[in-house]
Amino acid sequence: MHFSIQNFLFLLVAIAGFGLFAWQARKIRANISVGRDRDMSGNVSERLNKTLLVAFGQSKMFKRLTPAFLHLIVYVGFLVINVEVIEIMVDGIFGTHRFLQFLGPVYDVLMATNEILGALVIVAVVAFWWRRNRKPPVRRFQGPELRAWPKLDANIILYVEVILMAALFTMNTADLKLHQLRGTEMPGTFPISGLLVGLFPSSEAALHVLERVGWWAHIIGILCFLNYLPSSKHFHIIMAFPNVYYSRLVPQGQFSNVESITHEVKAMMDPSYEVPAPATAPDGSALAPTPFGAKDVNDLAWTNLLNAYSCTECGRCTSVCPANITGKLLSPRKIIMDTRDRMEEKYNSPLIFSPNLYGQEAKHESQEVLDKENHTLLRGYVTPEELWACTTCNACVEACPVNINPLESIVEMRRFLVLEESAAPNSLNVMFSNIENNGAPWAFSPSDRFNWADDLYVAEKEVVTA
Amino acid sequence: MADLAAQGETPEILFWVGCAGAFDDRYKRVTRAFVRILEHVGVKYAVLGMEESCTGDPAKRAGNEFLFQMQAMQNITTLNGYGIKKVVTACPHCFNTIKNEYPALGGEYEVIHHSTFLQQLINEGRVKVEGGESYKGRRITFHDSCYLGRSNNIYEAPRAVLEALDADLVEMKRSKANGLCCGAGGAQMWKEPEPGKKDVNIERTEEALATLDGNAAALDNLYGVESGNAGATPAPKANGQGSIIAVGCPFCMTMMSDGVKNKERENNVQVFDLAELVASAEGLNA
Repeated sequence: MHFSIQNFLFLLVAIAGFGLFAWQARKIRANISVGRDRDMSGNVSERLNKTLLVAFGQSKMFKRLTPAFLHLIVYVGFLVINVEVIEIMVDGIFGTHRFLQFLGPVYDVLMATNEILGALVIVAVVAFWWRRNRKPPVRRFQGPELRAWPKLDANIILYVEVILMAALFTMNTADLKLHQLRGTEMPGTFPISGLLVGLFPSSEAALHVLERVGWWAHIIGILCFLNYLPSSKHFHIIMAFPNVYYSRLVPQGQFSNVESITHEVKAMMDPSYEVPAPATAPDGSALAPTPFGAKDVNDLAWTNLLNAYSCTECGRCTSVCPANITGKLLSPRKIIMDTRDRMEEKYNSPLIFSPNLYGQEAKHESQEVLDKENHTLLRGYVTPEELWACTTCNACVEACPVNINPLESIVEMRRFLVLEESAAPNSLNVMFSNIENNGAPWAFSPSDRFNWADDLYVAEKEVVTA
Repeated sequence: MADLAAQGETPEILFWVGCAGAFDDRYKRVTRAFVRILEHVGVKYAVLGMEESCTGDPAKRAGNEFLFQMQAMQNITTLNGYGIKKVVTACPHCFNTIKNEYPALGGEYEVIHHSTFLQQLINEGRVKVEGGESYKGRRITFHDSCYLGRSNNIYEAPRAVLEALDADLVEMKRSKANGLCCGAGGAQMWKEPEPGKKDVNIERTEEALATLDGNAAALDNLYGVESGNAGATPAPKANGQGSIIAVGCPFCMTMMSDGVKNKERENNVQVFDLAELVASAEGLNA
């Protein structure tokens, strides 16, 4: 152990980094909790299973092989290289050097894996960058909602990942060369750094500086990146796990039941039915009634808001959406991104960046149809035209690698349009009144409902007489 | 059903006809085909007739929860009044609603889609799919309905039924969990589509026709499908006999039939429901 001013500095930097992150995380927690209550307790083993399979196991990524493979490299790299971060933390605080070397042969394997994954991560990141920035980019990165900040955000993440890997290799190579010059045994096995030693200077002093620069750049880079996450789509590396844990367990076709309406309908059908008393505030006064459906972010369930923070804007939902494929305005990804933007506009923005400041306007192609007066999620961000284009086919839900459900938010906003504003397209109003009057969505008389059978018996009689 | 109840009898199954099955001229043929199959195998069944009402599915998908629950409670009262335990329906929308959304309102039944029911009949040997029209050498592609497939994970039953027909079953590139909607779900059936490049049913019909013609690989407009992914099966070149787009849903039936007409391919491509295919293979056609 070798204490120095460095250890004191490191402790300060680490406390500042994690403290800042905790502060930002609290803001996001507060944002998510403005959503409506929804009981997601229970089914623990089923939920854990799902989390293991979908979040840890990446099972839904493998619908598309190329990006799945590249993502797997970065993901496994992230997990394994984080073991080295543990080592960096311990070394940083206690002034040890390569503290994990007591693992012996395991340490050899660990370091070798780290290095190979580090190199593969760089390859994968370059491929990701190419997919996004070539002309034209991969189709799902072309949507109008991916302009301005979301596009820059995606690239920043890729650049930072390359910098972090470069810092790691600088540190290892300099350390390796120092050991070679001194003729001492370096703990661990470093297949990539071994190839790079030739490129490094032969002065011990320079190598020592390079080793320290690599070490500090890596850990400061990680702490900065950690605090960048809450402003970024990259937050999914944390939020994907709770999001999958709290995903819906019922069949995708089952839409939520609106309890308050059930009470009303039961009271209509049975006069003796007692409607539960409305909720009261702690001081006993009646609370303002909650609207049907969702007009703004706080009308959505907290799980829908958690969805918004878990979205990595990959666009798999939008690229399978039948409405989007055929050129309609609806993009499930945009609905989710809008939810997050509106949340941060209305409540807390993360500390460092407010994505709203970065070209919010440019993100929406249809600015002119947005209602600036009623500046809420619905109308201020999402237009009714987008909502009415949805076929509720669940393709977006099926496609999302982290079990986000854009459909639920779409249906909640439709409910608001229909039940609070009576603002359904006219042809749908006709369909509603047909159901109400005739018990069928078409204008047929209920007394004709059995007519199909007439033909059947006629046909059968013919068969008999023939 | 009322007649049966008056005689003090309960049916083995209740056949939920659905609004399309009762009123849509094309889908009435499916209703009759399914009833012929039921009578052929001697299942004791009943229908509600005039006592049936819309399940409320289009109202719920469109956001009219109030109307949905009114419909649901009314139907649940009727079904519970007759002591119904088992419901079979040829409409995935009715199927999904009764199966998944009625329980929260007091309606618990065993709900079966007719594709599953037909598969059971074939497995049990009660329907042999022979003696009628032969499908040997004809190409069939199955269009997955969202409310059967993704919504309720029923992918194998309709395919098992089609395999029993001894036809050449070819898969579209977007099939099963990746299937593309016909464009009519979520109450789209009752409204004009929003402005866009084309209608969803045209996109889907183009895909189905290309698959049946054996050039699915030539389709370059398949958004959402990673190129090189397995899934589509190569089909032999057209041999002059009519190919078939098989469906298991009245909305899909309408949308795919309209698409085929739009592409002017009615002369060699037909759209049939699973029940119609089984009935005619069994020689039960009207």
